[in-house]
Amino acid sequence: MIPELGEFALILALGFSVILAIVPLYGAASLKTLWMEYAKPLAKAQFTFMLISFICLGYAFAQDDFSVQYVANHSNSQLPMQFKISAVWGGHEGSLLLWALILSGWTLAVSLFSKGLPLDMLARVLGVMGIIATGFISFLLWTSSPFLRYLPRYPTDGADLNPLLQDFGLIVHPPLLYMGYVGFSVAFAFAIAALLSGRLDAAWARWSRPWTNIAWAFLGAGITLGSWWAYYELGWGGWWFWDPVENASLMPWLVGTALMHSLAVTEKRGVFKSWTLLLAIFAFSLSLLGTFLVRSGVLTSVHAFASDPERGFFILVLLVLTIGGSLTLYAFKAPNVKSESSFGWLSREMLLLVNNVFLVVMAVTVLLGTLYPLLIDALGAGKISVGPPYFNALFVPIMGLMVICLGLSTAARWRDTSIENVKQQLMLPAMASLAIGVIFPFIYGDGFNIRVFIGMSLSLWIITTVAQEFKGKFRTSSSVVGKLKQLSPSYYGMMLAHIGVAVTAIGITLVSIYSEERDMRLAPGEVIELADYQFKFLGTKPVKGANYVADQATIEISLDGEKVVSLHPEKRRYNVKRSMMTEAAIDPGLFRDLYVALGEPLADGAWAVRVHYKPYVRWLWLGGLLMALGGILTVFDRRYRKNAKQQGVAHA
Amino acid sequence: MPRLLLFIPLALFGVLILFLWKGLSIDPRELPSALIDKPFPAFKVEALLQPERQLTTADLIGKPILVNVWATWCPSCRQEHNQLLRIAQENKIAIIGLNYKDNRQAATQWLTELGNPYQFNIYDESGMLGLDLGVYGAPETYLLDAQGIVRFRHVGVVTEQTWQELQAIMQSWGANKNV
Repeated sequence: MIPELGEFALILALGFSVILAIVPLYGAASLKTLWMEYAKPLAKAQFTFMLISFICLGYAFAQDDFSVQYVANHSNSQLPMQFKISAVWGGHEGSLLLWALILSGWTLAVSLFSKGLPLDMLARVLGVMGIIATGFISFLLWTSSPFLRYLPRYPTDGADLNPLLQDFGLIVHPPLLYMGYVGFSVAFAFAIAALLSGRLDAAWARWSRPWTNIAWAFLGAGITLGSWWAYYELGWGGWWFWDPVENASLMPWLVGTALMHSLAVTEKRGVFKSWTLLLAIFAFSLSLLGTFLVRSGVLTSVHAFASDPERGFFILVLLVLTIGGSLTLYAFKAPNVKSESSFGWLSREMLLLVNNVFLVVMAVTVLLGTLYPLLIDALGAGKISVGPPYFNALFVPIMGLMVICLGLSTAARWRDTSIENVKQQLMLPAMASLAIGVIFPFIYGDGFNIRVFIGMSLSLWIITTVAQEFKGKFRTSSSVVGKLKQLSPSYYGMMLAHIGVAVTAIGITLVSIYSEERDMRLAPGEVIELADYQFKFLGTKPVKGANYVADQATIEISLDGEKVVSLHPEKRRYNVKRSMMTEAAIDPGLFRDLYVALGEPLADGAWAVRVHYKPYVRWLWLGGLLMALGGILTVFDRRYRKNAKQQGVAHA
Repeated sequence: MPRLLLFIPLALFGVLILFLWKGLSIDPRELPSALIDKPFPAFKVEALLQPERQLTTADLIGKPILVNVWATWCPSCRQEHNQLLRIAQENKIAIIGLNYKDNRQAATQWLTELGNPYQFNIYDESGMLGLDLGVYGAPETYLLDAQGIVRFRHVGVVTEQTWQELQAIMQSWGANKNV
């Protein structure tokens, strides 16, 4: 009964999204206020029924209703409750339902927090989001309903959730990632609304900035979490694999980063309008493309649990309609490339534009590397895959160039800056970062290393230039505390995010170069040495979890004879899927991780054991979190609230 | 002229869609088999449960059969085992096992414990027959017609849905014969 209610609620939500896609947009086109006023209540109704539908599916999971196919395939009565709930989005159907729920959530949020928005703009934005919702809910209902039953003969127990997904990281990772993916639909809707209305002034940029920043922050946090999850769960200590699914989330993030900066320039200086519109369309298009790549089975990867050509065609049609439609609209209505205000060769506008281009080039690089195997296959030349060498060779140098520009742009002013001025500001940071870059490998490692020098210098370049600019803020003010209060949250957010880039870059550099690992056969009592640490294997004992049995090893780690920690890596065997899982054990630290994973059992109680020493690996994710936090901070600017109030009054 | 520049993104997107469209029709699970519509490769191998019995291609001819490639080291084979037992119960087609790169003792024990859906099992210990057949991994299932010609190849776990597909293919042969 409950699953049928869920399906019914989903059908009702589709009904509301269809009306939302038609009525307010028609109202805005024909200037009928009443029709436009329908947008808000429709957004609420759509969200309500999506939520009901989602809760019904969650209830089916909590109650172990194995007559529901999706539940039977992704859950099991032995599964712990928190994983039963997260299993709701452990497969294709449920994760799409989550996608659609989050979309309706963003739609609701726009309708609630846009008091200052003119009615016709709001109607258009919500209408465009209604169109997207219509597409996705239809996709759910026609090709991927999670509420289908196995009747009359249903299995007595479920097939269980993939053990890889039975983990805290996977409870949180997909919702965060989808918040980001889907969040770009707001920026997209604003861009389309602006194109439709023909009012391409700076106003739409101002309105869509906070939404874009939040979506970007969520996406970044999601990617960070995914990388951390892969690190501790997949058991071989890697943190990024250039897997198509990872790439699918990285591309919208890169373009989203470009969009954020471009929106800032459009709002402040009124230039780059066409470019910003295009980026808004691209960011969301790449989110959709990511969904397509993951869900259609066009690319096979570790993640692609749903491979189904019928679904693929449906998403492809959705892609053609949304992206093709919006690019056509763009081609006809975007303003011609002419700037209203001019800027010099060495100006903040120019440097931001250059960095924008770098970011887009990086996104295109990733896109090509992800689609190239597909292209080769489509041309009939067989199945191939491009690996990390391709991505590292192209991605890393461009990132380096971008970081140089990032530092320069902190010193450049809007409109124009003299070279002298830039030199004067940046001489000290440049010297300092180069000097520390040279010295660091001597102190930390055992001699000069060109890659460490480049990586560290670039990271320090960001930190020192940001610090220099921050210091510059106090040149004219007498009270330090007063100035600190006067600076806006969005300024602090920007600083934090840029520092985050540096922290991540330091992490990447050091963990890539100074990591050590060893793979050895260890009998109980034997010791391996790695990076000054001694790892003593004390044998394994059987342990029993809720839905698995495991061999748990004890490995005692000491440094110069003094005990540091005991780690307990496990080799688990999950009862239902009968699959083996390696559960690595990690001793985390700000400056180094010690990472131990069990390989295969060998004769006489010996095991193949893999130990890693990972310096600064936490910095990778710390930087990612700082960037996300920075993105969130920008939204707390007083001006957004003030604008909302003033314009709200003006309208009333 | 600048107006035309704004059409570039749309044009690029069009090209991308063409490739994606093409990509969709390539099913990653449907690995092309060089043997489709060709006879099953010739072999002379021991049977799993009766080591003294030599099996050859002749044992596969006479009626349509399913050849299921399996092994005890393959977890997905365990997953599909119940479905195979159901198919065997329905008695519509005989299933021949191809025990691939496996251990005779473990395989025998597996069949005793889980039930035996197979008429007989080819014991391909070295994997040479699998190589001739172009086996990509276990499990795989081949549909052979009465003349021993390979008609269909399925990579991965046989599910109820796969079984429906296989039945549809067999029914289409029946229809052709009636014509």
